[in-house]
Amino acid sequence: MRKHLLTAMTALALSTLAYGQSDIEKGIDKYREMLADGNPAELFEMNGEELWKTARGPKNATLEKCDLGKGPGVVKGAFVELPRFFADTGRVQDLESRLLTCMETLQGFNAAELAKVSYNKGEMANIRDIATYVAGQSKGMRFAVPQNHASEKTMYEVGKRLFFARGGTHDFACATCHSEDGKRIRLQGLPNLTKNPGDGIGFAAWPAYRVGNGQMWTMQKRLNDCYRQQRFPEPKYGSDATVALSVYMGVNAKGAESIAPAIKR
Amino acid sequence: MGNPMRIRAKSANGETTVRVLMSHRMEGGQRKDANGNPIPPHHINTVTAKHNGKVVLSADWGPAVSQNPYLAFSFKGGAKGETVEINWVDNKGDSRTDTATIS
Repeated sequence: MRKHLLTAMTALALSTLAYGQSDIEKGIDKYREMLADGNPAELFEMNGEELWKTARGPKNATLEKCDLGKGPGVVKGAFVELPRFFADTGRVQDLESRLLTCMETLQGFNAAELAKVSYNKGEMANIRDIATYVAGQSKGMRFAVPQNHASEKTMYEVGKRLFFARGGTHDFACATCHSEDGKRIRLQGLPNLTKNPGDGIGFAAWPAYRVGNGQMWTMQKRLNDCYRQQRFPEPKYGSDATVALSVYMGVNAKGAESIAPAIKR
Repeated sequence: MGNPMRIRAKSANGETTVRVLMSHRMEGGQRKDANGNPIPPHHINTVTAKHNGKVVLSADWGPAVSQNPYLAFSFKGGAKGETVEINWVDNKGDSRTDTATIS
């Protein structure tokens, strides 16, 4: 009898908890909806578009001939098919490492030097804005990161291993937080990135504007911060490790709708 | 001269709704930099909105308004094709004016 009562009480407690949780989630969703109406990411997008069309760099050229995978100058739809293999560099590249390549080949910048600039500063702030603009041109489209080339398949496998690789002072992996459904930190939902987490969640939500610090964050910055939070050494900007993780998340998110540039708390 | 604003204005049922995104750092003056020195305030002081040259909104802002502020308001009147002009002036004397066509 006592055992039955206890079970009944536990069930009751669980149901109220579940109800409370969904109420909170609804509240947060409403708050996000209100914020999205005036998403300052649009300001970065506008600046990025301007930068894309402005002749700059030692060669005084624009980026309008930059090949993002769908042919020179094609921006629309490019974001949802990145990272992918590029024959000219012989590497799998994500949006930002590809932009570095274009800035080097078309505009004459030194890509290796640019990648060393701290985030949100100087030329790095420009790459951030251009990436925001390019991503915004694929808003509402669905992710279809290619897996045709052998290198793309290899990068997926490498990304998967990195995702599950535990290390650092806290013995952490990406998978520690992002491999189960329904997890959260405080009120922040943690998407399960081992599968398609849904439209506009996880990989499909970056670049995003963070209301909390008023900064625009790209996927590279997001990954860098994930590693910082795990107490790992921070990965280099546009490095193969970050691209491999992006391939893993991007391929898993197949069919998810991109809402980038999004807005975050 | 700051970065351009993004302005959207829409008229419906004799009312025009205007939504403005401004690009401004809005430094409040309370923060300190890495060396412990106070960061001087740098924020928008006044915002003025004009419709066909007539002021429809004026606001005094201060350090409590967020970075990259968003402002939404509506006024009576306004028709498609007419213009709305938004202007801000900050405490360093910098200002910016942008216009948008009502849709």
